[in-house]
Amino acid sequence: MSAPKDRTDTEAAAWLLPEGRSFEAINELVSAPLLSPEKWSWRVWWGAFIVSFALTLLMMICVSWLFATGVGLWGVNTTVVWGFAIANYVWWIGIGNAGTLISAMLLLMRQHWRASINRFAEAMTLFAAGIAGLFPIMHLGRPLYFYWLAPYPNTMALWPQWRSALIWDFWAILSYLLFSILFWYAGLIPDLACLRDRAKTRRGRFWFGLFALGWRGSARHWRLYHVYHTTMACLGVPLVVTLHSVVGLDFAASLMPGWSETIFPPYFVVGAMYSGFAMVILLAAAVRWGFSLQALITVEHFDVMAKILLTASMIMTISYMTEWFGAWYGGEPAERSLVAFEFLGTYRISYYVMLFCNCLVAHMFWLRSARRNIALVVVAGVVINIGMWLERMNIVWNTLSHGYAESMWRPFHPTFWDYALLFSSLGFFAFLYLVLCRLAPIVSMHETRRLVWPEART
Amino acid sequence: MKSLLLAEFVEPEAMVRAARKVDEAGCRLLDAFSPFPVEEVEEFLGARAPRLRVYMFFGGLIVVAAAYATEGWSAIFDYPIDSGGRPLNSWPAFILFPFAVGIFGAALTGFIFLLIETRLPSLHHPLFSVQRFERATQDRFFLALEAPTAAAENRRAKAWLREAGAVDVVEVEK
Repeated sequence: MSAPKDRTDTEAAAWLLPEGRSFEAINELVSAPLLSPEKWSWRVWWGAFIVSFALTLLMMICVSWLFATGVGLWGVNTTVVWGFAIANYVWWIGIGNAGTLISAMLLLMRQHWRASINRFAEAMTLFAAGIAGLFPIMHLGRPLYFYWLAPYPNTMALWPQWRSALIWDFWAILSYLLFSILFWYAGLIPDLACLRDRAKTRRGRFWFGLFALGWRGSARHWRLYHVYHTTMACLGVPLVVTLHSVVGLDFAASLMPGWSETIFPPYFVVGAMYSGFAMVILLAAAVRWGFSLQALITVEHFDVMAKILLTASMIMTISYMTEWFGAWYGGEPAERSLVAFEFLGTYRISYYVMLFCNCLVAHMFWLRSARRNIALVVVAGVVINIGMWLERMNIVWNTLSHGYAESMWRPFHPTFWDYALLFSSLGFFAFLYLVLCRLAPIVSMHETRRLVWPEART
Repeated sequence: MKSLLLAEFVEPEAMVRAARKVDEAGCRLLDAFSPFPVEEVEEFLGARAPRLRVYMFFGGLIVVAAAYATEGWSAIFDYPIDSGGRPLNSWPAFILFPFAVGIFGAALTGFIFLLIETRLPSLHHPLFSVQRFERATQDRFFLALEAPTAAAENRRAKAWLREAGAVDVVEVEK
């Protein structure tokens, strides 16, 4: 019996550490937390679980109280009608974009390094897009009627208003969420089969076996799977671009100064990639540390993701500058006044912080040593996510509190409930994630195995 | 009683080499099993080109048409809203809904046909009774070929499979 070769001369060498360069090593590394949980210390997990569960309860309280008393709970008023809810929505949906970008766009571009990070990025997408979808419903004022967004025969003989951005949002998010579930689950099937075959307990064999659908790695099946997966990637790219373009259109299709700009859809898509990748970096660091996956998620991954952050940061800077230029060159007084208000008005501090976080911080990644310092990349990820949230908030509150009619100018003061909902939604996200990593593999085993096999590259 | 030979390999290259030999020897290769797709082996299986994408295209197209028809029917005929004399069929505003649901429609059609064509879910399969076969989803590579019925030929096939690098060859009742 011949032993498997040590494959050091391959592309895998760049993306996997030596201890992760055999099929069995990958299986063992990824499946151990699921199949031999007794060998792991779950103390940190339980700590995080309790905190995130407490925040989830807080979110339930916030939502219940909101539904009981109405949107007056928040700092929104008759001028600034979109508050934190819309900023949170855009922020979460932006994070929800990156999973599909990584899985689909990088797959089509044959960026093989994505193999060990795409699975948890896809899971991030599911949860972030799901949470994002809750915010417009909370914001409706009459949340119990949200199903009126769907066309169905009803006794009121009414139809949805198809020209409304709210309808576009609803369908874009719903389609994207369902699409992402399919994409994620289809990719999971071969890994569930692997877990089924490795499971030692009856319960594990039963549940993994049930969801693996009887997958047995047949070449005929792989072929169909491959066709399906690449076609899904081709479909996923336009869908993900549409999704965030629609979010940009929510603003751009209006007539407000600072919002009705043609650059919004593409600029929102890049912003989504930016904050999404920043979040993927945080999760990559957490997963790598929490499940000892240093062999599969390496410094190289952080290096390449930091480069993406740098690129996205520069595109964001150009987008901001285009806004300023457009306002000046267009000559519309309300537009010019708005840009002046951004720099000098009520929310100038958050505008400067945003510019610092989104435009300056990533420039340290010109240095190779900065890209390869994981702690630094993680800190940048946090800072960029804060900056991107502030960006969405600035878009909302600057324009709304500084519209065309001077008599209508009013500031927005967030309340306790605004902050509570923002932070508790983060807790809810962490809660879902912590549960998921006890139930399903967080790294794609079959794609990483393929990375190990050099001939697959030809 | 028909049976098949299941040969186990450690390396994907060995499996592909053996698959080529099976083909040259005139034996019928039934299937190959691997923990990740090994495209090289597909040419010996004689499978037709998958038509999944065609199904997905038409599935998506049907959903797009249905979505646009819903919009058109409701906005032009059933509940027309004349807003400043703008056209009732506001196609630029109507495109987003069919586009988004159409892509999901194509994805769902693809998934349904993926299950139909792979005949999954099928939680039982005769090969699952082979003890070592569980490694097909982990780190080993398997070829399944029709076992020659003549005893001498059968022995010879097993011998040359081992020669081609198989670490184990078992006969499985179909």
